[in-house]
Amino acid sequence: MKKKFTKVIALILCTMLLAAVPFGVSAHADSSYTYNYDYWGEFTDSPDAYAVGAVITAADLGIETNFSKPQSIAEFYGVVYVCDTGNNRIVLLERVSETKFKVIKEVTEITGTEINTFNGPTDVAVSEDGNIFVADKGNKRILKLDSNWNYLMQFDKPDDASLADNSENFDFAPSKIVVDTAERVYCVGDNVNKGLIKYENDGTFSGFVGATPVTYNFWDWFWKHFASQEQIEKMANFVPTQYDNLYMDSEGFIYVCTSKPTEEDIKSEASTVVRKLNLLGNDILVRNGSYAIYGDLYMGTGGKKTGPSRFCDITTLYNDIYICLDRNRGRLFGYDDQGHLVFAFGGTGNMDGYFNSAVSIDHIGKDLLVLDENDGAITLFVTTEYGNLIYDAVDQFDLGEYDKAEASWRKVMELNGNYDLAYIGIGRSLLRQKKYEEAMEYFKLKHDAENYSKAFKQYRKQWVEDHIVVIVVVILILFLVPMGIGRLKRVKHEIDTADIFQL
Amino acid sequence: MASKRSLRRKKLNKYKDSLKFAFYCCTHPIDGYWDLTHEKRGTMAVANTILFATVLMRILSLKYTSFIFIDINWEETNILLYIGTIVFPLALWVVGNWALTTLADGKGKLGQVYMATCYGMLPYPIVQLFLMIFSNGVTVDEAGFYTTVGTITLVYCAILIIVAMGQIHEYRAGKNLLFTLFSIFAVLVEVFILLLFFSMISQGIAYIVSLVKEMLFRI
Repeated sequence: MKKKFTKVIALILCTMLLAAVPFGVSAHADSSYTYNYDYWGEFTDSPDAYAVGAVITAADLGIETNFSKPQSIAEFYGVVYVCDTGNNRIVLLERVSETKFKVIKEVTEITGTEINTFNGPTDVAVSEDGNIFVADKGNKRILKLDSNWNYLMQFDKPDDASLADNSENFDFAPSKIVVDTAERVYCVGDNVNKGLIKYENDGTFSGFVGATPVTYNFWDWFWKHFASQEQIEKMANFVPTQYDNLYMDSEGFIYVCTSKPTEEDIKSEASTVVRKLNLLGNDILVRNGSYAIYGDLYMGTGGKKTGPSRFCDITTLYNDIYICLDRNRGRLFGYDDQGHLVFAFGGTGNMDGYFNSAVSIDHIGKDLLVLDENDGAITLFVTTEYGNLIYDAVDQFDLGEYDKAEASWRKVMELNGNYDLAYIGIGRSLLRQKKYEEAMEYFKLKHDAENYSKAFKQYRKQWVEDHIVVIVVVILILFLVPMGIGRLKRVKHEIDTADIFQL
Repeated sequence: MASKRSLRRKKLNKYKDSLKFAFYCCTHPIDGYWDLTHEKRGTMAVANTILFATVLMRILSLKYTSFIFIDINWEETNILLYIGTIVFPLALWVVGNWALTTLADGKGKLGQVYMATCYGMLPYPIVQLFLMIFSNGVTVDEAGFYTTVGTITLVYCAILIIVAMGQIHEYRAGKNLLFTLFSIFAVLVEVFILLLFFSMISQGIAYIVSLVKEMLFRI
């Protein structure tokens, strides 16, 4: 009897405890390789936009020495340049088939100058005229070479007072470069936080471009007066962020990224982790997405990785979709020209499509090349059907083929019903086709207030034009009926109180 | 039988009359709120009606306002919490205000403080109803009107409530403003006490639960 009683109590308590434990603690244990975030910032699974085409190591290419700490991969006019920094060489590759690459050349020496070897080359750029520029970091110079690797000239440490100030601990270390059509060189230097170093094509230093504005507010200033030296060092940085990498798109705009986002960058809607600089060095990146451009929204501690995404390289496709490489979690984030996240994929690990320490990214057409520093391997990503559909839709929209774009976005939606961009894409195509009411529906579904308003404005205009007669009649009735009733009442009152009827 | 019916009609007439009077109070606050208690022209029924309308409008506007202005994630929305955002501060305010003013010659009773506060909230549901309909006919560019009118309504409601408090307690303007500030402070104190209370209770429950668990392990 007593046993039964305790059993009952235990049962009741157990159910109570069970009810108290929140369910779904271990939600999305296995999530998909490619993912996205919806309007509410919820993690949503997605089909793969890119699939691994090949993982290429030095052995696969038939080179004797393995890549050692390669820092950069870049494609110019059909040739892929790999900066094999640790071996002081540059390897030129050519794509021979969908997934096969062939070595054209291994460059370790140049001709025409005293120091004819590289010392830790970190980046290569090629101008329209075919001249090759090499950031020869260890030798503190940027080399300009002709297409046969003959020395033409070099760019040295900028002759600037602000850099000479602390010359004893400042070492000029050009790490990443781009070259514009006039062969002006833009350079990211280590420990330079004034922006990009810009050289004219004759080698003269012409100033810094695109420095980030220093962020500090009243309270920072206020507390600084009371804080100790250690505390000040811990406080939000009063120093502008320094860029990690840059990319010049086909229109001559420079995309820059930094791997050290400030706290403001992570909090604010207008994160400046990625910037698009025009000729004046002003940031003209469009940030219309549902959330800021800084990669992962959630900074979990899985895989011993902490903190925000750290963008170490960026590349821009022909359709203004730019892809940022997060070296922290080995992920790739693609954003479109409006700042919406198109796809995100990748991770850390040893399987194909995962990275140990991704450092550099570039593209051949739509396909992506990612260089892993520690593995010494190049991963080639090729677009899947899903990825192709997205790009088709974007291209068709840009060309003004809105009915085709709509059809493509609908196919994308069939493959991924959780994809906000597909709905907004359909809406934008419908809007251009003057199907306002339908467009409004799609925008409303995905909370796109801006575009919804555009469609609604047209819809409202059309509606008013169609119903103008009814509207006028209703307004007239609204005004005339009370006025008429008032007059009637007055007349009646006058009649009622008129003297002649007062008998 | 007849008297019962006439009594009901009388009550209904009184209700209609005091409802009309609520609108009069919105436009003539000083005169209106004096008569509210002193001439017994306000009724509890109307106060409850206004509170109900306010809560109803708050919930309806979540659903029927254009998503440009109010965009909520229904999967994570608790309607009770939204009801709480009106009822809970109201209760704290009424109790806090009454508790302080009884100590300082306030003539208003607890029920009257509640009634006058509810009467003061009347503009909110009315304006919200129009704004809710209006919001579905505007674009983002015209959003300023919606937010401005919404803010003005809130400010107007606050002014009405403050004036109402002054009238039912028979306070002069200066004293009234002072006790408004004190009442807000009293609300903060109440929140503090409630937090303390709830954390104590939850700890107490946790203690008993762990005690029972321990006992069960040993049986």
